[in-house]
Amino acid sequence: MSLCLTGLTVCLKDTPPLFPPLTLCIEPGEVAAVMGPSGVGKSTLLNAIAGLLSPGFALMGGITLDGTDLAPLPAEARRIGLMFQDAVLFPHLSVGDNLAFGLSRSIRGRKARRAAVDEALVSAGLAGMYDRDPASLSGGQRSRAALMRTLLADPAALLLDEPFSKLDTGLRDEIRGFTFSHIRERGIPALLVTHDPEDAAATGGPIITLPSPDRPVPKRP
Amino acid sequence: MTPRDGKALRAVVLAALILGLIAPIAIGLAQTTRAAFGVMPVLGAITPGLDPWRDLFAIPGLWTSVRMTLWTGLASTLLSLMLAIGFCAVANDRMSHSAAARWLTPFLAAPHAAMAIGLAFVLAPSGWIARLLSPLIGWDRPPDLAIVNDPWGIALILGLMIKEVPFLLLVMLSALTQVPLRQHMAAGRMLGYGRGLVWMKIIAPQVWPLIRLPVMVVLAYAMSTVDMGLILGPSNPPVLAVLLTRLFFDPDVAQILPASSGAILQGLLVALAFLVLRLGEVVCRRVGLWWLRSGGRGSTAEPLLRVATVGVLGLFALGTLAMLSLLVWSLAWRWPWPAPLPQSWSLKPWTSPGAGWGNALGNTLLLAGASTAVSLAMAIAWLEGEDRAQRGRAGWAEALIYLPLLVPQIAFLYGLNVLFLRIGISGGHMAVIWAQALFVFPYVMITLSDPWRALDPRLTRAAASLGAGPWRRLFAVKLPVLLMPILTAAAIGIAVSVAQYLPTLFMGAGRVATLTTEAVTLSSGSDRRVTGVYASLQAGLPLAAYAIAFLIPALLHRNRDALKGASA
Repeated sequence: MSLCLTGLTVCLKDTPPLFPPLTLCIEPGEVAAVMGPSGVGKSTLLNAIAGLLSPGFALMGGITLDGTDLAPLPAEARRIGLMFQDAVLFPHLSVGDNLAFGLSRSIRGRKARRAAVDEALVSAGLAGMYDRDPASLSGGQRSRAALMRTLLADPAALLLDEPFSKLDTGLRDEIRGFTFSHIRERGIPALLVTHDPEDAAATGGPIITLPSPDRPVPKRP
Repeated sequence: MTPRDGKALRAVVLAALILGLIAPIAIGLAQTTRAAFGVMPVLGAITPGLDPWRDLFAIPGLWTSVRMTLWTGLASTLLSLMLAIGFCAVANDRMSHSAAARWLTPFLAAPHAAMAIGLAFVLAPSGWIARLLSPLIGWDRPPDLAIVNDPWGIALILGLMIKEVPFLLLVMLSALTQVPLRQHMAAGRMLGYGRGLVWMKIIAPQVWPLIRLPVMVVLAYAMSTVDMGLILGPSNPPVLAVLLTRLFFDPDVAQILPASSGAILQGLLVALAFLVLRLGEVVCRRVGLWWLRSGGRGSTAEPLLRVATVGVLGLFALGTLAMLSLLVWSLAWRWPWPAPLPQSWSLKPWTSPGAGWGNALGNTLLLAGASTAVSLAMAIAWLEGEDRAQRGRAGWAEALIYLPLLVPQIAFLYGLNVLFLRIGISGGHMAVIWAQALFVFPYVMITLSDPWRALDPRLTRAAASLGAGPWRRLFAVKLPVLLMPILTAAAIGIAVSVAQYLPTLFMGAGRVATLTTEAVTLSSGSDRRVTGVYASLQAGLPLAAYAIAFLIPALLHRNRDALKGASA
């Protein structure tokens, strides 16, 4: 199962492409990194792969996951997980219910589902926190809960949108290691965008650097 | 700005609030309760007892009225809520908040009575719908169907929904601005859920606590409306509020005692409905969590949402037809069945204001202007007091604002009238303005609060650093910058005042004629042309107020880009 981009770029209406066409194949268990300063369209690239482009943006080139063309599929049908810069835990649900929302439908039965969530909580170091309010978690706990929620959905590939940028240094290494080890264990391709060379180096995979834009970045509509 | 600055102001506002708003409602309720248990000295009734209740329950068809009230109130509110949620799910990312607010304005501005009269014109056996269908079905005369005033209350439910859905949509759209919609939608979709399901499982549960109070307002209104119940509701027996209004105005004044018992019963029914709502909430929460935990991703929600969208568009179409029919009837001269438009037109009913509508228009303008001015002054004083004390609003204060909208009008208005009689203002304009302001103030306050708090605090800080005192900061900086939301709140105040039926009727003792009271009275008669004139004016007045509220800032601030679009 590999994630392949061929000549991929994004345009806003009739303007020139946001970044030069990108060609890249990420193998299972591999983490590739796309580097670049803020504003070059790194998040837009991930939104394009995820199927979350805002209206007005046009996608060019191809995205395939294990040979399947993703372009015609809606976001929810692509089986791609996305980790955001903020954890984006749903504030009205308990920590456990956030994970239960993510848990794949393939696990059936109330008890089995509850057990799967509890197990994920344990492996995220959140044992016994099913009923906790997400707002009461520390930054690291929140990141780990968000990763678990994403992994429970059984994604076939993972996109990481600077998920470590808001963590302080010590925590950052820990969460990064935690995330990457889970990706390797699952054997799924992952793509990380970051402006931090240290993050990129830690992936141990291919690194692509997007050039700085030589024109003002168009605003999102 | 020290907290002490605001102390005097806050004390004045609190005193005005207690005397002007809480006391009337409390005393009104107390008077009604006393009368409900047989104590009303002016009628010579001084021994407390259960006789009024016995008389009330002896009224034939009372239980049908009670059932009808519960059915129409709960059904219209629930259906409106479901349609509004479905429509919001489909439309929220295709429509900006301000664009939606503009579209909803005509429906929000139209008084309930005008909408009801228009709807009755459209639905009646000789109305537009039957006229348009007649060539297809082959009716050669108006069909013999009771569509308006039907015994199942369907026309009433439909009328209530046309007014409630736009209100709920507006409330939901502004609640949505407080939820990180884009982020949560993206997060939910990346976990494999379709748009519709993310909406139902993640967004709607976050929106609900923000719209619970407005939904309760809608429910309380739907269960206790008199004007809509009279025009569209079942005729015999009618809904409870209509039955009680008739009792209160019965030539036999002794009927006031059972009527008061009924008013208390009405209050209890609304409380019961709130309880049902609360239970429904608990059940939905349980079922919703079970549904969420089971993790289903089937995209089955989409067709349901689409049905809701079609339903909402259908209601809007019906509402537009209703408003148009008012105008067309007021201009019609000869309009035989089954012609879709009048054969000849006439301005005659419009050209004789002396026949009555001139006086009613004058009264309506006076009452709307006065009650809105009082309410606006109170709201600004309250908000400025909060600013100066540098304190947010306490929960009880927020509940206080909603209080007059949650207690059924009929439960305290007659009792309040007894108080007004004692202090000698009953039957005059003063009494009506006061009673109307009880309902105008909450809407003005709710509308103005958000934009007021969103005002950039650096503006007043900059003014203070330039030596401006608190009053100069208020009048020279805050009020001018907030001109647009203030005028919008005023327009809403005018719309609410124009729509008031029961307060005008009770406090004016039938002597203060407004467009609304006249239109409701005329609607039971036969001359649709005259009724059309009153109802058109009634619907046109709030719209004109909205237009003025839009035009004045556009003119004054035409060279001030930063102030354009500052409010929705």
